[in-house]
Amino acid sequence: MTLACRNGRSDSLVLEGRVVAPAQGIDDTLRITVTDGVISAIESGGTGTAGAVVAPAFVDPHVHLRSPGREDEETLRSGTEAAAAGGYCAILAMPNTDPIVDSASVLGALVERAREEAAIPTGFMASISKGQQGEELTEMVELARAGAVAFTDDGKPVTSAGLMRRALQYGALTKFPLALHCEEPSLSRGGHAHEGAVSAELGLGPYPSAAESVMVERDCALAELEHRPIHVMHLSARESVEAVERAQEAGVPATAEVTPHHLVLTDEAVRSLDPNVKMNPPLRSAEDRSALVDALRRGAISCIATDHAPHARHEKDVPFEDAPFGVTGLETAFSALYTHLVLSGQLTLETLLERMSSGPARAFGLDEPRIEVGARANLVVLDLDAEWTVTEEGFRSLSVNSWLLGETLRGRVVQTIADGRVVYAA
Amino acid sequence: MSELRPPAAPRRHLLAIGDLDSVDVERILETARALAASLDREVKKLPTLRGRIVVNLFYESSTRTLASFELAAKRLSADTMSLRSAGSSVDKGESLKDTALTLAAYDPDVIVIRHPSIGAPQLVARNTDAHIVNAGDGKHQHPTQALLDLYTIHAALGRLEGVHVAVVGDVLHSRVARSLVQALRIVGARSTLVGPPTLIPRGIEALGCEVSTDIATIGDADVIYVLRMQAERMAAGEAFVPSLREYTAEFGVTPERVRPGQVVMHPGPMNRGVEIDPRVADSDVALVADQVRAGLVVRMAVLYDLVVERPASASGTTVDVSGEGEFFPALAGSSHGEVS
Repeated sequence: MTLACRNGRSDSLVLEGRVVAPAQGIDDTLRITVTDGVISAIESGGTGTAGAVVAPAFVDPHVHLRSPGREDEETLRSGTEAAAAGGYCAILAMPNTDPIVDSASVLGALVERAREEAAIPTGFMASISKGQQGEELTEMVELARAGAVAFTDDGKPVTSAGLMRRALQYGALTKFPLALHCEEPSLSRGGHAHEGAVSAELGLGPYPSAAESVMVERDCALAELEHRPIHVMHLSARESVEAVERAQEAGVPATAEVTPHHLVLTDEAVRSLDPNVKMNPPLRSAEDRSALVDALRRGAISCIATDHAPHARHEKDVPFEDAPFGVTGLETAFSALYTHLVLSGQLTLETLLERMSSGPARAFGLDEPRIEVGARANLVVLDLDAEWTVTEEGFRSLSVNSWLLGETLRGRVVQTIADGRVVYAA
Repeated sequence: MSELRPPAAPRRHLLAIGDLDSVDVERILETARALAASLDREVKKLPTLRGRIVVNLFYESSTRTLASFELAAKRLSADTMSLRSAGSSVDKGESLKDTALTLAAYDPDVIVIRHPSIGAPQLVARNTDAHIVNAGDGKHQHPTQALLDLYTIHAALGRLEGVHVAVVGDVLHSRVARSLVQALRIVGARSTLVGPPTLIPRGIEALGCEVSTDIATIGDADVIYVLRMQAERMAAGEAFVPSLREYTAEFGVTPERVRPGQVVMHPGPMNRGVEIDPRVADSDVALVADQVRAGLVVRMAVLYDLVVERPASASGTTVDVSGEGEFFPALAGSSHGEVS
């Protein structure tokens, strides 16, 4: 597994406060000593400030860094600094760049650049098909040797069932999962909003739940046939959750992720016609949203992924129907979910922290951020009492297409330690 | 608590028919009727909007809507400009936002916009200080069409409350249908959408209408409202019905399907022989020409209402519809419009 970031000195520091590490069964007031980037002591009886929580840092399995090709929207530097500010100690970047990450040379150049620029360890996915055209497989073995951490055609579905089966078969030569953007294009074509009362009233092209769920069903069936792991990305519909759970019960090694915006918003938000609530898959009904929250609670969905998708201002400052899909999320994920799900009693803090850290790390075979003596320090310090307002000026990301602009949130990341280094301090 | 004060009046727009309540609709229709009476009697031009600027910004081809907005503004003595996407800086790739900012520099009072994309009027409203009138945005809304349809129905039947309108055809792609169904609900009328299942959007019942796939149900209605069947919906691989021939056979409005006492409406342009039989289109029960005439006075009323009128709750201003004297509703208390 190759995660790359710029070199630097490991830090030594002491953190005190309420420590919550669900995977290690810790919820206690402790003092954590970090020496040269390694947790060297964990003692009881620290003091710490009220509201302060120390937890394993977050892992985001779904980030668009827009490099190479759209460095006006995000760079490795800006995107990873945004991630550090969001409490992340590792992220995985999508390959739908320009050029597409479909060859060892493009991938190698990215890994090299990450060693110069990335503030936190960053992994790169390679595409499943050449040019993401859905026709020919990429050289998956060579890409894996060059450092790919997984394979995905994210942004586009693998439309051909035959090619998907072949990708699962041939992909067995690598140990990495396929991460799948499930969308049946003949059902989603022209779609701008969830098919339902809101799209009917607004006249927006309907994007039915079935456009996602029939593809989830297909890919689960193929994964079962080939006994290969799949990771289903950005689930949005109740029917898709049910399909993933049926597959998991049948023994298919399928994991799934959900985004903060699908966990918080419904298609009612689209009535504003604000381009910052336009994403693919679209925001769905209240029933879908609660199915996603339930599945996250149960663990059927084990990962929270931002699908951080930066877009240039001028590309989003257009009529809703003309705007591209996607919103940013790295710098707001924890606060948005703490405010909307934890404080409202829909999710415990422990579950939120687990699904933002251990869950995604496990799904992609990454080292889990742990709070134990001898582990590299991957820690986030949170102030649960802090209140802050999301503004354009506050972002480290080069793009400002956030669905939370103007909103006041509770809970804030105050310090992030990634791979033994302090990478963010408020 | 502090005393209650009326909030500062926000800039008023007509972006969607849902921006209006029944009081607003009734006020606009009353104004339109007063204007119609005045135009019948007097010179065709009123000084009401003298010195005001009305810009028509049309990104889609249009005959009747653009013509009636232009004429409406001129009959109210406004200075008008009409810009079309063809032959303008839009051709050179200018964004809608920049076009809006450019127009805003002239400080227009009203911008009337038609655009193929849903959300375009909202974008212009965010970027200018003008009152925005949506003259059609994609498949979303066409509120002045709905108002002129209400005006026409009222003129023909003498009432709106309790009237039953059957809307027939391609509802899925129709901003006219969406606006009309909501408008009918606002005034206490009923609507039933009739068409093949592929052209009725899933979830539309939430607007308070009924849905039927049986053309015979139009027999229950007072008004048959025929929607245009757009040929581009028949593109290869994208066809919503197997053929126009079958559509016409199953859903065309023919003399046999119209019962005595019913009236027939169509927003135009008509596809004779497709969604409407020419014998129906040319018969006395067809109100198509009335709709076009209503379009002029209703759009005059909308311009007047946005620029001059304040919501009744805020000011109590009423329009003089007594029939006495000339129609100069704008002059009282206005710094504009000195008549020379």
